[in-house]
Amino acid sequence: MSSQANETTQKDWSKAKSVLKVRDLRIHYDTPKGAVIAVAGISFNLYEGETLGLVGESGCGKSTTAYGILQLIQPPGHIVGGEIQLDDRNLMGLSEREFRRLRWTKLALIPQGAMNSLNPTMKVHQQIADVITTHEGRQPKEKMRKRILELFKTVGLPARIYDMYPHELSGGMKQRVCIAMGIALNPSVVIADESTSALDVVVQRVVAQTLLKVKEMLGVAMIMIGHDMGLMAQMVDRIAVMYAGKIVEIASVQSLFKEPMHPYSQVLIESIPSLKEKKPLKITEGITHDPRNPPPGCIFQLRCPFVMEKCKTQEPPLRELKPRQEVACHLYEVSETGEVKNVAASA
Amino acid sequence: MKGITLDYFIRRLGVFVLTVWIAATLIYIIPRVAPGDPIAAMVSRMSQQAGYIENSDKIIEGWRKRFGLDDPWYVQYGRYLRNLVTFDFGYSLATFPTTVREIVVRAMPWTIGLLSISTALFFVIGNLLGALLAWKKTPAFVKVLIPASMVFTSVPSLLAGLMLLYFFAFQLDWFPSLGAYGRGITPGWNWPFIKSAIWHSILPAASIVVVTFGYWTLGMRGMMITVEGEDYMTLAQAKGLRPFYTLYRYMIRNAILPQITALALTLGTLVGGQVLVEYIFSYQGMGNAIFTAIRNQDYPVIQGTSYILILTTALAVFIMDMLYPLIDPRISHEGS
Ligand SMILES: Nc1ncnc2c1ncn2[C@@H]1O[C@H](COP(=O)(O)OP(=O)(O)OP(=O)(O)O)[C@@H](O)[C@H]1O
Ligand SMILES: [Mg+2]
Repeated sequence: MSSQANETTQKDWSKAKSVLKVRDLRIHYDTPKGAVIAVAGISFNLYEGETLGLVGESGCGKSTTAYGILQLIQPPGHIVGGEIQLDDRNLMGLSEREFRRLRWTKLALIPQGAMNSLNPTMKVHQQIADVITTHEGRQPKEKMRKRILELFKTVGLPARIYDMYPHELSGGMKQRVCIAMGIALNPSVVIADESTSALDVVVQRVVAQTLLKVKEMLGVAMIMIGHDMGLMAQMVDRIAVMYAGKIVEIASVQSLFKEPMHPYSQVLIESIPSLKEKKPLKITEGITHDPRNPPPGCIFQLRCPFVMEKCKTQEPPLRELKPRQEVACHLYEVSETGEVKNVAASA
Repeated sequence: MKGITLDYFIRRLGVFVLTVWIAATLIYIIPRVAPGDPIAAMVSRMSQQAGYIENSDKIIEGWRKRFGLDDPWYVQYGRYLRNLVTFDFGYSLATFPTTVREIVVRAMPWTIGLLSISTALFFVIGNLLGALLAWKKTPAFVKVLIPASMVFTSVPSLLAGLMLLYFFAFQLDWFPSLGAYGRGITPGWNWPFIKSAIWHSILPAASIVVVTFGYWTLGMRGMMITVEGEDYMTLAQAKGLRPFYTLYRYMIRNAILPQITALALTLGTLVGGQVLVEYIFSYQGMGNAIFTAIRNQDYPVIQGTSYILILTTALAVFIMDMLYPLIDPRISHEGS
């Protein structure tokens, strides 16, 4: 599996075409005490056939980003600004009707908490059939049945669950149903929101493998959200590290694991449990800012071990410091010759 | 039947039998601890008609024997239960020699008819309006009109009935003011009778519906909002399903389930409300029969009609319990 993952990451992404472009996406949740800034200006590209991991601690805005792209943000949340392009088509200007046609045929979701993501009063096959019928029109019963059973086979589901209700399935099976549903219409982009977190470790890995297999088979581009860094390392090509509604570092898996540059990425990588050494958890909990009222300057300043004066006033932009490794941190300076210098280390 | 386990069936049947038995026992006890002697009341009624009756003591004694009122309580109670099972409630005291069974057979179809129509109406109207009230795509003016239509909700059905009666029967004379069908029409499967029966049922049914549907609207609205927050609704939206399909197949289909449970639970109260409505419209159903019987201290009729009403209600609840697993696939697995 890892050799497979390596192979795909060897591709030259700079030549690849981007299917999805997100620019300066901002999403707020209005609360009586002010707006919670859940996504504070996020930009990234998703390339054809690529898997992009989105990691970061709970509440940093991963799901909000995903749901923002899918235009599924429910009140009190709303998209404040930004641009989303799918195959060079701007999604933000589309009418509700136009966007509905695009759903699932182009953008599919494999949701978090697959436990409750299926309609309890509909049989499994009906829930896959309805999305096919909606976007492709009515089809002969036998043809539909064959197609759904084929999908089941792809994700490793037994044919006997065809007529079952969701409550008759195990957690892993429900997750597979969601995967089967997600790929039913061969979308260009699949967003998998922490699809593995509610399951036990073994099932989790097996389901993750299924997801990877399906992805490789279809060559679909995928955004994978989660906080299991170990699993991420095996599954994705690039990782975007999020903190408090911003991407602080985005890099290929190899670069990020070998040399994380943002102090928060460093903490994340170091916190991966290892058998060889026991290490204390480095992350300091609790000292986070109020999401309604972020401080000026860098969003990580309250928890950063290397915080400088500059960090408290100026917001660090996301810069490409190494090939395919973008970091938002004042700790690094690029000299005129293009050399990257760590300010703290040289001081 | 798929979805119903034997265990579930036996438990529901147990609840049904227990309900009916407790109710039957209460019906037996209450008139006996209440003041007043039915036989004495009967004899005094006879004496009013005849002016004077000789040997009234003897007559009372004879009748007491005939109705078995001197036997020990457990003999009376046992005989009472046996009679209930065989639907033998004896004779009406007030309209002797009419049997209670005859009275019930005459009144029951009217009550069941009126109750079914009004229940179907307020349940369908109430839930539909509730669903529309919660649905995001409902036009704004509809969302204003629906709450406005619910003004009668906190009014007792008795009062609503009187108001409807006053305006639509006495003032406007659009509808008949009393009875279940017009005078001089012979009941049967002929059009004039059916038309007259429908015409006569509109005001009584309306007085139940207008005061009741609002509760179901509010309940449904709440359930719809709960369903709207479920994960499967997010997925339904992400799937790009048509709004109307999502409304009925994902939202209403799930939100209606607790409403159906609630309906089974309130069926008893409904019957109680209907009894009053029948009375004010002189609608010749069970409610009216009970009222007349109470006025006449006609105990066998009171007992028989109350028992049949409770039995039917419990039976309806039992049938709903049996049908519920068919609409909620989870129920027989989760038990209860
Ligand atoms: N309905 C809401 N009202 C107010 N704030 C909200 C709402 N939903 C989310 N938020 C806030 O938005 C921020 C981002 O939430 P989000 O669910 O996107 O986090 P996440 O990164 O997906 O977390 P997790 O890893 O736990 O799934 C959080 O600070 C959260 O408190
Ligand atoms: Mg999340």
